[in-house]
Amino acid sequence: MTLIDRAKDFLDQAGQIARFAGRLFSLSIKPPYEIKELLAQCYFIGYKSLPLVGLTGFIMGLVLTMQLRPSLVYYGVQSQLPVMVGIAIVREIGPVITALIFAGKIGSSIGAELGSMKVTEQIDAMEVSGTNPYKYLVATRVVATILMLPVLTVLADAISLFGAYIGVNISSVTSFNLFFTQIYRNLQFGDVIPAVIKTFFFGFAVGVIGCYKGYNSSKGTRGVGNSANSAVVLSSVLIFVIDLLAVQITALLGLN
Amino acid sequence: MKSATTKSAKRGTHDPVIIIDHLYKGFGDNKVLQDFNLTLNKQENLVVLGRSGSGKSVLIKCIIGLLTPDSGDIIVFGDHVTDLDHAALDRLRTKIGFLFQSNALYDSMTVRENLEFPLRRHWFEISQDEVDSLVMEALENVSLPHTVDMMPAELSGGMAKRVALARTMILKPEIILYDEPTTGLDPVTAKEIENLIVKLQKKYKTSSIIISHDMTCVKNTSDRVVLLLDGKCYTDGTFDELKNSTDEHIRQFFE
Repeated sequence: MTLIDRAKDFLDQAGQIARFAGRLFSLSIKPPYEIKELLAQCYFIGYKSLPLVGLTGFIMGLVLTMQLRPSLVYYGVQSQLPVMVGIAIVREIGPVITALIFAGKIGSSIGAELGSMKVTEQIDAMEVSGTNPYKYLVATRVVATILMLPVLTVLADAISLFGAYIGVNISSVTSFNLFFTQIYRNLQFGDVIPAVIKTFFFGFAVGVIGCYKGYNSSKGTRGVGNSANSAVVLSSVLIFVIDLLAVQITALLGLN
Repeated sequence: MKSATTKSAKRGTHDPVIIIDHLYKGFGDNKVLQDFNLTLNKQENLVVLGRSGSGKSVLIKCIIGLLTPDSGDIIVFGDHVTDLDHAALDRLRTKIGFLFQSNALYDSMTVRENLEFPLRRHWFEISQDEVDSLVMEALENVSLPHTVDMMPAELSGGMAKRVALARTMILKPEIILYDEPTTGLDPVTAKEIENLIVKLQKKYKTSSIIISHDMTCVKNTSDRVVLLLDGKCYTDGTFDELKNSTDEHIRQFFE
């Protein structure tokens, strides 16, 4: 396949995803709303992801602190460790790592579930029974990912900061109050709000790509596997692209 | 060869529920249906017979709106299917049942939830007692009330087919489209499914299109048989008429 063919394929797929997302917007705002299914998806996507997100958040905070400490000690600024870790976690590492974990768990799950439903004609069965599968399956999952990822990120940030507190106390003794007071005094509006806002877009990317890949799955069980795999890969790449754009926008708005 | 529409008119059954007029459908260079014509009359069991890959499943997927024809017209209860918007198509679909070849049971739901799903989506005012009663009635129709709390993965092939049939029937559709209902089943189970199709047709006075190349199923379920060949309606008649035909294309199905 030549480079031009690859470029054409990429643009073709980008166009199809854009159309898929456009259809999602037009259908999501029209009643009837699938509230029961939305709540069920919020439970599966949000609540069921909490242990994994919490564990990775804790380890992330702990490891980050232990890795940073020697360098800060070398320059004699170890007292700034809570501030540095706090800003790094809240502004960048927390949202991005949580989104990547979320893409791995939820993106693949949505891609595989919808892909499996597609190849076993369950989506067709839903459609012929007079239920719009796009509204019932896709819209609910995408809205749930948009709503749940910011919540998970805030929780992961909190758990991660607690992990950082434990990390600090492995090599020295710092009180809980002192550690968190230092973080809160140095965190500003421009650190927290843009970081949370971008997670809505991360959630949207994970939901739309997972659903798109699953909904357009074909070629049997191999197709389902490919859908799950490409859902994770593509949504992970999109998370970095959105993050890059978010950093540029917050810089333009003077929030950096 | 005269079109099926013309032959049905000759038969004197003037109460068509589905009319297919000059239907064309292809996938790239593969022209599946070419100038296909068909009429399904009220309370008639029509079998569409044809070789694998001849476009039988494509035909019924066009009727239910899962596939869009390239050209031609499909009229169901007076509605032109290709002209309907999503909401109107969904309303029409509540009058049409579709039994998938793969059964297409929702595998993350129990049998009860599978049967409740269409009821909850369309009969909003219905109470839980009425839902339970309709679910059990549907399962009793297929002699499987004991499977109500089982998962689809726990059912045998024949049981899954019967549960799928119960789900198809639960909204009391006026038309049922069967996509190879006996494929992959042993002869005894296949016979049970055939008997169920006939029993339910009589009980609920439905009209049906049955896609099949299983001649036992064709014989046991058909009022009329249409042979789909080269994308066209090659012939139609009763099972016995086709069986006694000397046409070589028809004979190969009976030999």
